[in-house]
Amino acid sequence: MVVVAFMAIAGIALFGLITYYRKWGWLWNEWFTSVDHKKLGIMYFIVALVMLLRGFSDAIMMRTQLAMAAGDAAGYLPPEHYDQIFTAHGVIMIFFVAMPMVIGLMNLVVPLQIGARDVAFPFLNNLSFWLFAAAAILVNISLVVGEFAKTGWLAYAPLSGIEFSPGVGVDYWIWALQISGIGTTLTGINFFVTIIKMRTKGMTMFRMPIFTWTSLCANVLIIASFPILTATIALLTLDRYLGMHFFTNDFGGNMMMYVNLIWAWGHPEVYILILPAFGVFSEVISTFARKRLFGYMTMVWATIAITLLSFVVWLHHFFTMGAGANVNAFFGIMTMIIAIPTGVKVFNWLFTMFRGSLELTSPVLWTLGFIITFTLGGMTGVMLAVPAANFVLHNSLFVIAHFHNVIIGGVVFGMMAGLTFWFPKAFGFTLNEKWGKRSFWCWFIGFYVAFMPLYVLAFFGAVRRMQSYANPDWQPWMILAWVGAVIILLGIACTIIQFWVSVRDRKQNADVTGDPWDGRTLEWSTSSPAPFYNFARLPEVGDIDSFWSQKQRSEEQLEEAPYTDIHMPRNTVAGPVISFFALVIGFALVWHIWWLAGVGAVGVFASFMARVFNDDIDYYVPAADVERIEREHQLKCEQKLGVEAQA
Amino acid sequence: MQRRSLWRRRGTLVLLVLCLFLAGCSSALLDPKGQIGAEQRTLILTAFGLMLIVVIPVIAMTLLFGWRYRRSNSMAKYTPDWAHSNVIEAVVWIVPCAIIAVLALLTWKTSHSLDPHKPLESDVAPIEIQAVALDWKWLFIYPEQGIASVNEVAFPVDTPVRFRVSSGSVMNAFFIPRLGSQIYAMAGMDNDVHLIADEIGDYPGRSTNYSGAGFSGMTFEAKVTTPDDFDAWVETVRGAPQTLTYPEGYEALAEPSESNPVEYFSAISPSLYESILKSFHTGGEHNMGGDHPVSSDHADSHDGESALAGEHTAASGRDTNHQASQDHAMRSHPTSVEAGG
Repeated sequence: MVVVAFMAIAGIALFGLITYYRKWGWLWNEWFTSVDHKKLGIMYFIVALVMLLRGFSDAIMMRTQLAMAAGDAAGYLPPEHYDQIFTAHGVIMIFFVAMPMVIGLMNLVVPLQIGARDVAFPFLNNLSFWLFAAAAILVNISLVVGEFAKTGWLAYAPLSGIEFSPGVGVDYWIWALQISGIGTTLTGINFFVTIIKMRTKGMTMFRMPIFTWTSLCANVLIIASFPILTATIALLTLDRYLGMHFFTNDFGGNMMMYVNLIWAWGHPEVYILILPAFGVFSEVISTFARKRLFGYMTMVWATIAITLLSFVVWLHHFFTMGAGANVNAFFGIMTMIIAIPTGVKVFNWLFTMFRGSLELTSPVLWTLGFIITFTLGGMTGVMLAVPAANFVLHNSLFVIAHFHNVIIGGVVFGMMAGLTFWFPKAFGFTLNEKWGKRSFWCWFIGFYVAFMPLYVLAFFGAVRRMQSYANPDWQPWMILAWVGAVIILLGIACTIIQFWVSVRDRKQNADVTGDPWDGRTLEWSTSSPAPFYNFARLPEVGDIDSFWSQKQRSEEQLEEAPYTDIHMPRNTVAGPVISFFALVIGFALVWHIWWLAGVGAVGVFASFMARVFNDDIDYYVPAADVERIEREHQLKCEQKLGVEAQA
Repeated sequence: MQRRSLWRRRGTLVLLVLCLFLAGCSSALLDPKGQIGAEQRTLILTAFGLMLIVVIPVIAMTLLFGWRYRRSNSMAKYTPDWAHSNVIEAVVWIVPCAIIAVLALLTWKTSHSLDPHKPLESDVAPIEIQAVALDWKWLFIYPEQGIASVNEVAFPVDTPVRFRVSSGSVMNAFFIPRLGSQIYAMAGMDNDVHLIADEIGDYPGRSTNYSGAGFSGMTFEAKVTTPDDFDAWVETVRGAPQTLTYPEGYEALAEPSESNPVEYFSAISPSLYESILKSFHTGGEHNMGGDHPVSSDHADSHDGESALAGEHTAASGRDTNHQASQDHAMRSHPTSVEAGG
């Protein structure tokens, strides 16, 4: 309830402020209808950070409950409430925090890294974002109207079937995931085509920056795996809405099929999250070590190997289901094989630092923290991959500790590093380093204090998703874990303060040149924030670290070719409108309001048709305008150089 | 000063001992009470040790390189364009490959030796206990003794136990941490896990797979006793006033309840476990061997498993196994509800 009240107050305050400053028109014209990949990336991140606060309040509520509910004590959250919280925590953190951060970063960075002016399908990109946002809204509606699922984040059948979960909770889960899942699939297609088709002149596949490579692989995984999720949830929907029996106990339903299908998506999903994070660390480490990335080809092939292998390991999520020894051994060994390319990547990062000149900025701290934490998480992952060991570790707090070990240590640290690294490219000023480092230390220490006790508790026999436990010996460890969660809370607070301080000091922190870190790849060759057309002249590439080598050659700017008109896509209202009607459909289906679902369906169809028959979707930026914008940037740079020369 | 440091040292020692004590004695997985659990502990520690071969150098190198090659250290070498070395690349591929090869071998062997479906070798004749997960309690059926209990299971020490595990509701998992391997409990599926205890005692057991509101209280106690005490326990259960009939009594028991107390049933309907399995195989043509429910159940559960597994030897091996013990169970089923009640 506190969360609801807080969100309501924050929402009303925000709404009031926007109305007071008459910013609705500006928001709508400049942001909501924008097809600019950079603005969409920023919006993904804003939603993700808001949802992070929600997901984290779930986390701290759970830890508080478990710190209290030992022995006969029941704690303060009844199972009815607690079960919704751990389900919501998992769903929100994966689908509405980690995914939008990764996709947001891809939006912000990939087109700039490959020297493109936008993505392949700008309208689709806007639609993807708004479908995701509609799903996030639907999840938040469940907090106020009705309930959320009490099934765990993957809603295993038959518990998620109508017989055992008759309420609307699972329906909210279904429609939120379907709507955001469609958005994600569209994003996958969009970025796949963008990277394959829209690289600038000279950028062969093996000259692409590593972040682009890992994004490409993540998008291949999205294209291949998200349809499985959509189909699986669709079958569950048929079970729940039309009385079918795909995953029920009786009439031939088979719950083992559900578990297999959901993990056939679920395992690639974790690589969708971690691969782009690997890309971020690669960029960060070579930039701040001022050194070429060690073993670029190895890095690329390791990424491709992980991409392929991630589809043949799903069974390791349920070795205890009872498959035969040969099957279990096969999936166990396949899982371990993934550790090889991952281990090689770790060594490549280490040898990038070796004989480098490493500046210990906060992105580097996140990276070093990642290497240590992720290595430990990888180790516990391989332990879980041994089927015979998994038989005692499965479903225990060991699993919880393991995947937080790799998701916090990998994805969260990676996204924080990426956010700090590319923030100036998005906003034109750098983030405050002092508060960034504080945030890192809180997250780093907080993680160990919060999750190491869970490894220990697993050896005592503690399992996941318990609302209370009988053994009072476990309580000290649970309290320790709670302390860790509080330290992480301080880390989040540091990040919020960091934003505040950085915005306040934006004049001092301004990134005038567009290249604050002495960067290596194309995104640093344009101004910060990048102009809406990204590059006045499309760059040409002759090397992996093309911008770096161009600076090394220290040639003056390439011969000043005259500016030309630039072809750009127009903003579109279709994305928000279609997604609004998708939200209406989702809400109506959750509550079985058929006429409203009909209205939503007609709305989606009509607005989509309106978009299809709209020919006025692009325009040309006149060369004179480009020249004016570029002159202003040059003037600023020269002014800054002048000031520095005087000083 | 010296005295204080002595105390401090003692304090550290006490803390260390305390840690070991905590880790050693109250840790179910590190202090197992049966052969399976003991082998799994060894396996976990071996895997852990093997991985430390890579993990420790990585962490050390991270700290060392991060510090040595910091920008402010002008002593360190800086080679901005050095980005390839065949020797290093070979080492960083070969070392993880070698470790994973060893682990893979270990995995292959232990996946077979610790296969939960594999009967244990022992001079003592095994007993069969059927565990059924209900909302939110465990029903234990003793087909040979013709009795049943709820949330308490007893069996003699040093005797192999074959737990056949199924569910009358959603998915659960059957787990006694001190004894080793868990296994999923799924409605209509006949799963099994073979366990043995080598020390007398009461060990907590529970469902590990989340199953709804009463999940936290879905615990039971495993009483490992002397053979005589086991017989005495069976007699106690036989003396209980309640019996468990199918379907009426079972359906009443299957109604959701939380933190259910221990219950004993002095007699049960014949083939109770098989009846529960069969009750989920409704739906017409799906159940092709209608007149022989038990074997059709098996055909079903193997369909599912071999679709999952794609291996026929193991499945058929288990089939004979199941079949034999079921025949055994049915033949040697002296008690009926009528006789008992």
